[in-house]
Amino acid sequence: MRALSRTRQEARAGWLMTGPALTAIGLFFVLPAFASLLLSFTDFDIYSLANLSNLRFIGLENYERLIGNPLFWQAMGNTMWFVIIGVPLLVATSLLAALLVNARTLRWRPLWRVALFAPFVTTLVATAVVWNYLLHTRYGLINYGLGKLGIGPVDWLGNPKTALPAILLFVTWKTFGYNMVIFLAALQSVPRDLEDAARVDGAGAWMRFRHVTLPAIAPTVLLVGILTVAGMFQLFAEPYVMTQGGPARSTVTVLYFMFEEGFKWWNLGSGSAVAFILFLCILAVTLVQLKVARRAGAI
Amino acid sequence: MIRGRLLTLFAALIALLVLTPLIWMVAVSFMAPGEAAQFPPPLFPAQPTLANYRTLFADYGVGRYMANSLLISSLATVLALLFVVPAGYAFAKLRFNGRDAIFQALVAALVVPGQIGMLPLYLELKAMGLVNSYAGALVPWLAGIFGIFLVRQFCLSIPTELLEAARIDGASERMILRRIILPTLKPVLITLALFVFLGSWNDFMWPLIVLADQHLYTLPVALAALSREHVQDNELMMAGSVVTTLPVLLLFLALQRHYLDGLLAGSVKG
Repeated sequence: MRALSRTRQEARAGWLMTGPALTAIGLFFVLPAFASLLLSFTDFDIYSLANLSNLRFIGLENYERLIGNPLFWQAMGNTMWFVIIGVPLLVATSLLAALLVNARTLRWRPLWRVALFAPFVTTLVATAVVWNYLLHTRYGLINYGLGKLGIGPVDWLGNPKTALPAILLFVTWKTFGYNMVIFLAALQSVPRDLEDAARVDGAGAWMRFRHVTLPAIAPTVLLVGILTVAGMFQLFAEPYVMTQGGPARSTVTVLYFMFEEGFKWWNLGSGSAVAFILFLCILAVTLVQLKVARRAGAI
Repeated sequence: MIRGRLLTLFAALIALLVLTPLIWMVAVSFMAPGEAAQFPPPLFPAQPTLANYRTLFADYGVGRYMANSLLISSLATVLALLFVVPAGYAFAKLRFNGRDAIFQALVAALVVPGQIGMLPLYLELKAMGLVNSYAGALVPWLAGIFGIFLVRQFCLSIPTELLEAARIDGASERMILRRIILPTLKPVLITLALFVFLGSWNDFMWPLIVLADQHLYTLPVALAALSREHVQDNELMMAGSVVTTLPVLLLFLALQRHYLDGLLAGSVKG
């Protein structure tokens, strides 16, 4: 009898302790996520905001209208460029940084690890403002450096062709340290004797990396890839601060488009449809990556 | 030996390159107005001055934004710990019906980015009267699934016999949490607090949406607004960036081991 009440007490405590967090997650995360799907089937706009009786259920009309909207496709296209260029760039940069910091002959390794990680913990808005000036056409350090190499001044953020790469450069600087730390942990678990054996067999640095290190850290490469894809789909503050989506809307991302739909034009129905499409994109890319990795035997 | 030295030199160069934007930010913030708009760009102030900082606090009310940021981040940290820590412990160590199913659902929810529900969340908070208030800015931090993972992960390593022994001695579940669990959780609590504090301090999109009144702005929101009005005032904006990012940068440097350990526990095992 006593044992039974003990289990009951434990269960009661379990519910009491998880209750507040689960309520908050339900109210502020799960409910809005589902409401987003529902809202995307309505014409919720500034009139419905004033008076809910103006709200109508319109089925898939928001989605149809988005598919017919070139501005939406431009935002999708820009985001795709961020993913297609940004993900390999970020994964490669972080992996190279991790290999450097992990090198056995390197001294003061913790120091370099912290130095390269530091940009990740800075406030995004603040460093985006800093980069705006680094990228300044006339007085920026980047053009100054390029000038030393004989390359003429580039109007980084004023040219639709260079604005997106310039933002990507900033994003890479800001976030590679995070991936680097994850890679470092994986590299440290690669058995040293395996590498030593390959070295004895006369394998060069590239061969050792290709056939020993890379297979061992393949699951981590996949994990970092997935995290980076999700991150690239969620760029917002970078274009908001650095270019306001311009020039010629060349840096409007999907999330930026959603923000405009929702909080500039107050088309919350249409904005929710954008949010839902964004979610499906992230999910689809992640599933494809998992499938490719499984086929390649990485996981 | 020589290779090691060369490699170290190379690493130092890379680190310098990576840190240049931050060093330059601090240097320009001490320049006189207009000094940075020269070619070639000056790397260090000719005569260091605090004029930009004075302007920020005296004319642009940055002190107020700083207080807002400090208040919101501190409250977010305390509330997140209060919500997340008992939940993480319960998911690891207490048996109750549906525990594993709920936890599986939380794992699945991790792939859903928070931005998906932002528009309805705004409407929900508007209905609750929380839009344009500190409370509205705090709300997302209460629903921290990641924190639950982190705490649960850590609690799994606590031997259950320890809890059973305390139960036999007549300790209530609340007493076990407070007297036995919390002290052992100290490192993970510091990590979690650091994550939430830095996360809420650096957060931009949600405060931008939910805080409409200028006197409620957090530092990043205020800085973004200020940078649109003062595109030409290079030195002033650098001072603003320093004020915004230096507190979290220093906090990270002071507690970096906790931060990096937590990051690995969360991403590799979780």
